[in-house]
Parts: sequence; C-alpha cells; structure tokens
Amino acid sequence: MTSLEDKFEESKRLGLQIVKESEEDRLMTLSIGPQHPGSGHFRFTIKVDGDYIVYCDPDPGYVHRGEEKMSEYRNFIQNIPHLERPVIHDSTNITYAYSLAVEELVGIEVPRRGQYIRAIASELNRQVYTLYWLAIYGIFLGHSTMFMWPTGDRELFIDLLEALTGARVTHAFNIPGGVRNDTPDGFKDRCIRQVRYFEKRLKEYEDIFYNNPLFRQRTEQVGVLTKEDAIKLGVAGSVLRASGIPYDIRKAEPYDIYNEIDFKVQYMKTGDSFARSYVPFLDMKESCHIIEQLLDKMPQSGEVRAKLQPNPKGPPGEAYRRVESGRGALGYHIISDGTPKPYRVKISVGSFRNMLALPFLLVGQKLADMPSVYWSLNYWPVEADR
Amino acid sequence: MATYTKNFRFGEFVGSLIWLILWILIIIALVGLPLIFIVLFYVPLPPVNGQVLTPYLFLTMTVDPSRTLPIIKYMIHTDLFRITTFPGFTYAALIAAVTIFIERKFLAKMQLRVGPLYAGKIEGILQLIADGLKLIAKEIIVPSGADKPLFWAAPIAFVAAAAAVVALIPAAPTWVAANVDVGLLAVFAILGFFPLIALLFSWASNSKYPFIGGLRALHQMIAFEIPFILSALSVVILSGTLNLTGIVNSQITSYWFIFFAPISAFVFYISSLAELERIPFDLPEAESEIVAGWLTETSGMIYGLLQLGSYVKTYALAALFVILFLGGWAGPAVMPVELIPGYTGVQIYNHTTADAILWFTLKVFGVIMLMLLPRGISPRIRIDILLHTGWYKLIVLAFINIFVALALIYGGILGPGGLLVR
Repeated sequence: MTSLEDKFEESKRLGLQIVKESEEDRLMTLSIGPQHPGSGHFRFTIKVDGDYIVYCDPDPGYVHRGEEKMSEYRNFIQNIPHLERPVIHDSTNITYAYSLAVEELVGIEVPRRGQYIRAIASELNRQVYTLYWLAIYGIFLGHSTMFMWPTGDRELFIDLLEALTGARVTHAFNIPGGVRNDTPDGFKDRCIRQVRYFEKRLKEYEDIFYNNPLFRQRTEQVGVLTKEDAIKLGVAGSVLRASGIPYDIRKAEPYDIYNEIDFKVQYMKTGDSFARSYVPFLDMKESCHIIEQLLDKMPQSGEVRAKLQPNPKGPPGEAYRRVESGRGALGYHIISDGTPKPYRVKISVGSFRNMLALPFLLVGQKLADMPSVYWSLNYWPVEADR
Repeated sequence: MATYTKNFRFGEFVGSLIWLILWILIIIALVGLPLIFIVLFYVPLPPVNGQVLTPYLFLTMTVDPSRTLPIIKYMIHTDLFRITTFPGFTYAALIAAVTIFIERKFLAKMQLRVGPLYAGKIEGILQLIADGLKLIAKEIIVPSGADKPLFWAAPIAFVAAAAAVVALIPAAPTWVAANVDVGLLAVFAILGFFPLIALLFSWASNSKYPFIGGLRALHQMIAFEIPFILSALSVVILSGTLNLTGIVNSQITSYWFIFFAPISAFVFYISSLAELERIPFDLPEAESEIVAGWLTETSGMIYGLLQLGSYVKTYALAALFVILFLGGWAGPAVMPVELIPGYTGVQIYNHTTADAILWFTLKVFGVIMLMLLPRGISPRIRIDILLHTGWYKLIVLAFINIFVALALIYGGILGPGGLLVR
C-alpha cells in the first residue's frame, strides 16, 4: 500500500492534473458591504470556515469627505455647518467639542445660560443618536418592532430639537461663544413632559427587547472584550464602559457645567455583545435624569452667546478639547497660526477606535453573530471616515 | 402623503370610463364569445335534468337563474372544482392574500405604525394587488452563471408543492380534493420536498449568499422535521387513523385533541414556524447576515411565486394544526337551515357544510394570527441554538406527549369504547 503522498507523486509522474486541497480551499470569502444590508457605508471582508469566521479585514473609507482639510479653508464660524456632517444625527455633540476648542483658542467665556442650553441640546441629541443606533441594532437581529419603536420615539427628541434650534437633524446649534438662539416659550414644560413619557417607554423597550430570552441567548457571551483588551485596543464610549471601565468624559474631564450635575457613569463588567448593547440603554436612562436636572438648574434669563468679532481669531497656539459623544470620546485638536482660519484641525472620533476592535472580536465567532458584534461596537462609518 | 393630480376633471374621468367599457364590450364580442364557443364545442357537457347540453343551451342557462342552478350544482361536485376552487388552490390563495393583509396591519398596529393606507382608499386594502402588479411588471433577472432550468423550475415547484399539501386538507365533511387513507403521511412526504427545492434553487443561483441560505434551510428543516412528525404521531395514536377526515371525526366523537396533547400542539406550532421560515426561525432569509438568504437572486415574479408559495404553505400548516388539534370544522351550528325561506328549487346551499366552512376558516385564521405574532416580539434565533432546540428539546417534548397518548388509549379513556368517547 502506498501512502497518500506517494499516490500524489505517482499521479504527477503520470502527468495527471491532480491538485491537493489546501486549507484555504475550505474557506469562503464573503464581502460584507458596501451594498450589503448589514454594513452601512462600510466594507469588511470575512472568511468563513463553515459557520465560523476565521478572518476579518475592515476596509473603511467609502464616505471620506475630507472634513479636516475643508476646515483649513474656512474660518472658525464657517466650519460649523460642514463639521456636523459626519454624524448628522449627533450633530450637536460633534460641534460641541469644536466649539470648546475654538473658545479656548480665541479666549471666549460662554454665558452660563448658554452653557446650560448647550448641555441640554447635546443630551437630547445623544438620545436621538442612541435611539437610531438601537433601531438598527434591533433590525440587525431581526427584531422589527425594535426597529419601529425607537425610530418613532426618536421623533420626541427631534421635535424638541426642532423647537429649540429650528432644524430637525443638522442643527448647527453649538457655535463658538455659546448657542445660536435662546429657548422658545414653554420649552421647559414640553421637554419635561416628553422626557417623562420617554422614560416610561424605556421600560417597554426593556420588556420586549433586552429581557427577551432569544435576544439574551444571541448576545450573551458573544464577542467578549475583556478589560485588558479594551484598554490595549483603545476603544471608547459605551464599548469601553461595557468592558468594566467606568470612564466617561463628562465625569473624567467635566466640560462646561457637567461638574454641577449629579449623575452616575453606567457600566457593565461582562464585556459581551449584550453589555455593549445594554450600556447605551442605561446611558439613555441616565441622560433623562441629566436633562431634568439641567432644566431645573438652568438660569431663567441671561445671555446665551458671547459677543464675537465677525472673524474671531486668537493668538497662535493649539487646543485640544473633547466631549462624550454618543459613541465615546470625541476630540478636536485645533492648531491656529493667528489667522481667522485654523491651520490644522484633527478630529479624533470614538467610532474609528471602536472599529479597530472589530477584527479582534469577529474572528472565532459564528457568521450569525456578525451583526450583533459589529453593530454593538457603536460604530458609525461616516464618522470614522470623516 | 397621498398626492392627487391637480387638474382632475370629472368629465374626462367619466369619458375615459365610457371608452373603457366600449373597448371591453368590443373585445368580448370579437374575441371572448368566439373563444367560449370554441371551448364549449370541444368540452363534453354533462346531461342536466335529462337534457343533453349544447353550447347554445349552456349559454342560455347562464342568463336564466332557475336554469343556472342545476349546472352550478353539477359543477361544484366535480373534481376540477375541488382542485381549483374550494378546498383547493383558490381558497388557499384567498386565505393567503387575507393573511398578508392581516399580517401587515396587525404588525403595524403592534409597532405603532399604520401600515398600508392609500391603495384602495380603505386602509390600503388593495395594496396586495398593487404589489402583485408591480412584481409582474418587474424584469426577471437570471444570474449569468445560473443553472437556468433549475432556476426557473424551483419557484414553480415550490408553489406546486405547497398546493399539493393544500389538496390533502379537508375543509368540510367530504370536501377534500384528495381523500387519501394515509393523508397525514402524504402531507409529511410532500413537506419533505421543501428543503430540497430551497437547496436546489440556492445551488442553481450560483451565488454565495443563496448557497449559505440554502444550507441553513436544509439544516433547519431537517432538524424540525422529526419533532414535527413526532408531534403529529400522538394525534395519530389518539385517533387511530392517518386519514385527516377520520382524525377530525374522532375529535367530533370525543373532544379536541389539544386538551389531551397540549405539548404536542406546542411542538407542532414551533416546528411549523420553523418549516415556514418565519421569525424567529427566518435564518435562511436572515437579511443582516446573508443579504436575503436563498432568495437573494430572485427578482420579479420569481420572488412573487416563492412568496405566494410560502403563504399558501402557511395556510396549509395552519389548517393542519386545526385538523389535528382544534377539531377541524367542528363547532356549534350558527348558519340558518334555509338561506331563502320557502324556496323549493334545486338546493346548492347546505347548512352543515356552511357551518363547517365557517368554523374551519375562523379557526384557521386564529392559528394564522398565532403564527404571525412572533414576528412582532422576537429577534432571529442563532443556528446552533436552533439545532439544539430542534434535536434535543422538541423531540423529547414530543415523546412525552406520545407516552401520555398511549396511556390515554391503554387506560381506556380514549380509543374505541373509551370513557370520553361519545
């Protein structure tokens, strides 16, 4: 009897075209995106061995807009409308950090009422973002009710922001020096009413989605990111907090009036997909308390915006300020050379850092876990590409 | 929001209607009538009331109501009527259409939406027709590397297999297209075709996502076939027959089997959800993972046929649930004995059959609503959990009820001369 190797050699000597099956032949390469329903404006190729993912290669950059370069050709005020484009449904937060950095560069003091309105707007916008994220998470797991409910309840906050800023999605509300305009009449009562209603709805979300045994089965112990790995990979926001690190910029480096607000940093210790999906939900609950506190403590009257020159400019220097956005720490590093236009703007976003954890978490998972791991990373492709 | 044309003129609308009617009349006169005559000359017409029908006589009967009834009565007792219309395909397709409408509105209410609203003015009642016309109008795209005969054959085979199940379902006493002694076995035999069709179609599509979807369909349907059959087995033990009409009759003489075999009913319900690929078991069509699963390369009416087939299958399995566990057409008599009091002509109306159809349809819709419910409240299950559920939990549960059924039979409670048999 000859061995398999000998047979192979024999066949080669006879001139037969026999090719040995390699390990690679078992694998099937799947392209997830950019036209795949579960990808967004993003592509990653995965290789599956049966039902298991053995390789993952993220390929971002489909929606690169050159926001950083565009910022160098506009002055500090003109930059606001285009800088919010990367995350249009979290537009107040992405311009918040920019405004803080510019204020530090130019040397402006924001009036206290302006600071409060800013914080209210950014908390409302965080809810809008998280609801949108939750809706997509629901439909990723095939739970269509969880797609419709947050999408519908998102209107509560969109209506509030529309009353406050005049625009439904892209508000351009935070500007260096404060906010664009004061609150409309009766805003406080309306805001409190809608937030209280939303708190009731959150209980229903928990009943239908988070306490659903099938959802628990699908997400618990899936894609576990340990505390050490989370620190090594440098993930941000809810992904970091889900791995057991209670780190929130609002608490760690309080900006504006956040040091006067009493709130807890929500975190979980398991670091699996369930924790990553549950922490934003806990954040939404906490955000409701923050909004109520802010509305109580807000000064009843006063300026909302500091007076500025038409083309504000400061001495040459740099500033780095960051805020807690819906996806984690969002920082702006602005270098000014003394002219009204920034010399360099660098946007550091949580999305990109969270995306780096994707290949680390996906390898070894089942194909069916791909959506739940991918979207639980709280990743927004457009923001990562900037 | 609905948009209406701004310069709508009533006169033009009426004018266009009159033109439409005129053209319809012309086409009927020039094409329709000759066609009907050609057909009638070649179809052997039955003798009714001792009168041999000529095509001319047949047409006069269609306009005279008193002479129409005998021919209708003759027609509804033919096999053709049973296969095509009443317990057969048209009835099933109608129920499927109503199911789609109910599903949309029901799910919309659950999700705080309104659902289809504009087509047909009243709650979007014509939305299905609009969607059907859209699908017919769309181009059918066949992938370039596809195995064309299989690709075209699979959707038709899918609908045909679904309709074959329907043919075995009795909707009222004696109203069944194929009254087979091993009816239940035949149903399972036909249901065994579906994974094969899904796999063949996904293979023929020559694409990765359909292939994965087809394999998933195969895994899922095989894993759930066995609990499915075992759960029906306890009903067979209780009734002592495989004939579906016999199963219903044995429930009429005792009580509904859901009281004796509740675990089997539960297993049957879960397995039929898996057979139908409905949420939470829609893995073969999991959108966020594998695009649209084995339906990825379908387009136009191929997709429409597969959807029609799956809804006809929904009806078939709901009807099977009703027959096995909910007593089929059994129910209190509510229809009037005479539809027109004092009428002594040819009787088409039969109040027992009308009762049976009413109760059967109501029960089927109840079960269908139960099958639609998980779509609103449940996420998709994962394949390893699914296989574990199918192979371990459901089979064990089904076996428990089989032993219960055996105990009931040998304990003399059910079966011939049992305590609970009336």
